Amino acid sequence: MANMAQAIRMALHYGEQNLGVTEIFGEDVGPPLGGVFTATQGLKTAWNAPLDERGIIGAALGLAWAGGRPVAEIQFVDYIFNVIDMLKLAANGHWSSGGRYKTPMVVMTPTGSGIHGSMYHSHSFDSIASKLHGMKVVCPSTPIDAYGLMIAAIKSDDPVLFLKPKALLRSKGEELIPGEPADEKLLHEMIDAPLGDRTKWKAKWPKLSDYTVEIGKAKISHPGSDATIVTHGRMAPLCLELARRFAAEGRGSVEVIDLRSLIPYDWDAIKTSLKKTGRIIFINEETEITNFAEHLIRRLVDECFYELKVRPRLLAGKATPGIALSPNLEYFIQPQAKDVERAVSELLADPA
Amino acid sequence: MPAMPTKTPAAKTTPKTAPAADPYKKLGAAKLLKIHELMVRARLLEERLIKMSKGGDGFFWIGGPGEEAFNVPLGLQIKKGHGVNFDFLHLHYRSAAIVMSMGAAPIDALRQMRSVGTDPYSKGRNFVNHYAIPELNVVPVSPTIETQYSTAIGTGIAQARAKTDAITVVNGGDAGTAEGDFHSCLVWANRPALPLPILIVVVNNGWGISTEMKTQHGERNISDWAKVFPDMPGKTINGNDVIESWAALEEAFAYIRKNRKPYLLEARCSRLYGHSSSSGANRIPETDCIDLLEKAMAQRGLAKAADFKKIWDKEAAALDAAHKQVKAEPFPAVETVWEDVFADGLPPSYPTKGGS
Repeated sequence: MANMAQAIRMALHYGEQNLGVTEIFGEDVGPPLGGVFTATQGLKTAWNAPLDERGIIGAALGLAWAGGRPVAEIQFVDYIFNVIDMLKLAANGHWSSGGRYKTPMVVMTPTGSGIHGSMYHSHSFDSIASKLHGMKVVCPSTPIDAYGLMIAAIKSDDPVLFLKPKALLRSKGEELIPGEPADEKLLHEMIDAPLGDRTKWKAKWPKLSDYTVEIGKAKISHPGSDATIVTHGRMAPLCLELARRFAAEGRGSVEVIDLRSLIPYDWDAIKTSLKKTGRIIFINEETEITNFAEHLIRRLVDECFYELKVRPRLLAGKATPGIALSPNLEYFIQPQAKDVERAVSELLADPA
Repeated sequence: MPAMPTKTPAAKTTPKTAPAADPYKKLGAAKLLKIHELMVRARLLEERLIKMSKGGDGFFWIGGPGEEAFNVPLGLQIKKGHGVNFDFLHLHYRSAAIVMSMGAAPIDALRQMRSVGTDPYSKGRNFVNHYAIPELNVVPVSPTIETQYSTAIGTGIAQARAKTDAITVVNGGDAGTAEGDFHSCLVWANRPALPLPILIVVVNNGWGISTEMKTQHGERNISDWAKVFPDMPGKTINGNDVIESWAALEEAFAYIRKNRKPYLLEARCSRLYGHSSSSGANRIPETDCIDLLEKAMAQRGLAKAADFKKIWDKEAAALDAAHKQVKAEPFPAVETVWEDVFADGLPPSYPTKGGS
C-alpha cells in the first residue's frame, strides 16, 4: 500500500498528465529533495522557489489568474502565518471581483503535531484556515483520500488549502489507489528517489486513474449508533481504532465521521449522525480557544438542541503558545489515543 | 524635477534617437492631443469621484490625480488583450489613468464609487479605483499595500514560459516599497533559474499617507535597488513630464519584450489631492502635469487654448451624463452577497444566518 506522501505524489503526477498542472513549486519541492516529506519527488513540473512564502503564494495567485492550475507548497504550516493576507486575497478574489476572476490554485502544507516538531513544526492552522472565507480547506487522513482530495483540489476553480497531517505522511492505508501496484516494494522502486546521487533518476509512474473525493463530503469511517465522533487529520485514525476496539470489546457503538473537508464541511453528515446517536464529540488537534469545532457545536445547539441527549463535547489541543518539544509536554498539550479513549468513554457514560 | 538615471540597458538595446529633434514634435500633435484628452478624462474622473465621496454619493475615495503624465503613456503602450500573449497589469488604487488609457469606461468607476449593483469590478463590494478587468488582463486590485508585487511574479512566470513578447506590469507607490513584497518581486524577477519579463514600476509621490518618504527611506532613488541585479536596468524619471515618461516607458517596454528580463522604473509624480478621503482630498499646490503639457504644446504651436477647452468641456459633459445615469441605477440586492463566494456556488448547508 502507498503511504500518504506517495499518494499525494501520484495525484500530482496525475494532475500533470491529465489536469493541466504545469507548475508545482515551493521550498525544496523540486529536485534533488522533492519535498521535505518527499511528496513531490520525481514530478516533471516541480521546482524550487526562493525561501519566500509571500512570493510563493503571490506566484500561485498570479499563475491562477493567468489561466494555470498551480500547486504551491508552504513547507510547514507553521510558516504560513506571514502570508495570511495573501491567502485572504486568494480566498476573496472571486468575490471581490464580482465573480470575474476565478482562482484555481492549490496550496499544500504539512500540518499538526506528531513528529516532535516543537514550536515551529507542530502547529495546526485549521481554525484560522476556516476563517479565510472563499477558500476551500481539506485535510485527509488516509492515502486514498489524499489522492482523491488532491485531484479534486486541482480540478476546483476555487483556491484549496490542502492540509497534510505530517504525522500521517508515512502511514499506509487499507485501500489501493486506482492503478497502484499491489506490491509495495515495486511501488517503492518505481516512484521513490534513491539515496545518494539522483541526477539521472526518473520516476516510473504506474498507470493511474481518476479518483475524486468530492470536496465537502465527509466519510463515515466507522458506523455506530451510541455516539458520534467528528474528526479529521491526525486524530481520525486514532478515533477509528478506538471505535473498532470499543465495538470488539462491547463498550459501545461509536460512529466516526472523518470530515476530510473543513470548508465547506458536511453539515448533513454531522446532523444525520447526531440524530441517530444523540451523543457527539468533536476531536481535533487545534487549540481549544475559538476552535473550528466550536462553531459546529454552536450550530448543533441551534439546530439540533432537542436531539442532543447529553452536552456536546470537544477534545482539542491545550491553548499553549506553542507545542513543546519534550515528549511528556507534547503529549500533554496535544490529544493522544488515551485522551480519545477517556473522552469517548465519558461521552458514552454521560447520563441522558 | 531632473531625471536621475541610475542604470540603463546596455547600449545595444538602447533605441537610437536624434538628439536635436524636439521630442514634442517627434511625438506629434495628434498623439499628444490624444494623451492630453486621456489625462483630462482621468483627472476629471478623479475630481468627480472626490465630489461624490464628499457629497454623500459614495464613501471613501482614493485615487491618483497628478500621475496622469506617467500613467497615460503607460496605458497607451500596453499590449492590450486577454491571456498570456497580452500584457498583465497588477495595479493599485492610483491607476485610473492607466485603465482609462486602455479603454475602460469612466462610468464604471462612478458605479464603483456609488457601489451600485452595476459596478462591473466588484458588484458594489470594493472601494473605488479597485478594478478587475479580465478582458484587459487587469487582475483584481486590492486595498492591501504592495501585494500586487507578489502576484506579479505569477503572471511573469506564465509569460516567461510562453512564447510571447507580452509582459507583466506592476504598479505601486514609494511608501509600499518598504514591504517585503516589493523585494520578493525583485528577487523572483531576477532568479537565474527563470528571469521574469516584468516592468516593475514605482510611482514616487514622496508620501506614504501622511508620512514624508524622506523621513523613512534612506535610498537616494528607489530605482537604486536595481544596482544589485546585473540584468535589471533601473531608472528614475520625472513622471510629471509626458515626453520623458513616454520615452522611458518605450525604452523599458522594448527592453523587457526583447530580453524577457525585468526593468525597475521609478517615476516621480505629484500627489494633487493628498492620500485619500482620510486626508481631506483637497487640492495641494504641487506641479500639475496637465498644465505643463498644455503650456509646452501651446509654446510649440501644437495646440491652442481653445483646443484644450474643447476637450475639458467634452469630458466634463460626458461625466455629467454618466453620473446622472449612475444615480438612477439600483443598489445591489442583499442576496447577492452569497454570489461568488465559491466559483461552483454556495453549498446548500453553508451557514448564512450570521449566528443563531
